[in-house]
Amino acid sequence: MPFKRYVEIGRVALVNYGKDHGKLVVIVDVVDQNRALVDAPDMVRSQMNFKRLTLTDIKIDINKVPKKKTLIDAMEKADVKNKWENSSWGRKLIVQKRRASLDDFGRFKLMLAKIKKAGIVRQELAKLKKETSA
Amino acid sequence: MAAKRKTPVKTRNPDLIRGVGKYSRSKMYHKRGLWAIKAKNGGVFPRHDPKPKAPAAADKPPKFYPAEDVKKPLLNKRKPKPTKLRASITPGTVLILLAGRFMGKRVVFLKQLTSGLLLVTGPFKINGVPLRRVNQSYVIATSTKVDISGVNVEKFDEKYFAKEVQKKKKKSEGEFFEAEKEDKKKLPEGKKEDQKAVDATLIKSIEGVPELKAYLAARFSLKSGMKPHELVF
Repeated sequence: MPFKRYVEIGRVALVNYGKDHGKLVVIVDVVDQNRALVDAPDMVRSQMNFKRLTLTDIKIDINKVPKKKTLIDAMEKADVKNKWENSSWGRKLIVQKRRASLDDFGRFKLMLAKIKKAGIVRQELAKLKKETSA
Repeated sequence: MAAKRKTPVKTRNPDLIRGVGKYSRSKMYHKRGLWAIKAKNGGVFPRHDPKPKAPAAADKPPKFYPAEDVKKPLLNKRKPKPTKLRASITPGTVLILLAGRFMGKRVVFLKQLTSGLLLVTGPFKINGVPLRRVNQSYVIATSTKVDISGVNVEKFDEKYFAKEVQKKKKKSEGEFFEAEKEDKKKLPEGKKEDQKAVDATLIKSIEGVPELKAYLAARFSLKSGMKPHELVF
């Protein structure tokens, strides 16, 4: 089982700790064994420890330490945002955020919807059981 | 004391420098019109003698002198301010009661009374909570709001909720040994009518929102995995 996602210039990573938690950033240079120089369209370019980053599958085509404008253009060309939001990992994060921001009424409505769905599923299952047993 | 003016008189003698006025004493006498006041009073400045006071009643010597000096308590002029209402609580907000008989019930906020307590109602038909006072500290405010525009809450104040004063009945000897028979306190019909009046418009606006009625009928409880400090209300 070899590694598939490598730290390289242009690798998109997710920040999993600290002030920028949850942001997608691009690795634009490697400082040393532990740290990378990291940049994002809405962030000042800064160094981050690899332990704070989780690599994703997405990679964009840039040179070492590009200008901000070049970086933004490359991200648009590779369509990082849409690729991320359509990936299963990205979609899970979006759902998690939405669930966490539900207010009390929202949680109640969610509970009713779950019960309803389970009821429908159970009805269909019962029908199928009857057919196979009959 | 002479009556105070509403606005203080602007001085007629402007300062040239601090300590030095523009006009001399004689000029100021003329400016203030003291000559006119004297002329009106016949050449003399008007005097107001102290009115002869009615003779005060002779003080009786007190019956009791304390052995040690009695200290006077310090003067307290503090006026308590009405409790500040949290910004998240506005008329029509759904509140979650946290303590008491109706713990966990979701309830509609009507207004804040003069004592600082919050006036809430179930509505009664939906979850059994009547018009009731509740302390702000024992309440979680949710972000769900109900339209409360049709409800008139003017007539509810602290006196409405005051306890009825029981008249003490003198018991004769025989009645002492009878079991204390007190009638169960019945709710006066007027209060039931008030409840119905308030709830009628409220329930209509609640039924306009899907699932809100069931929401208000259900109680709130913490389930497994819910972290109160991370929950958004």
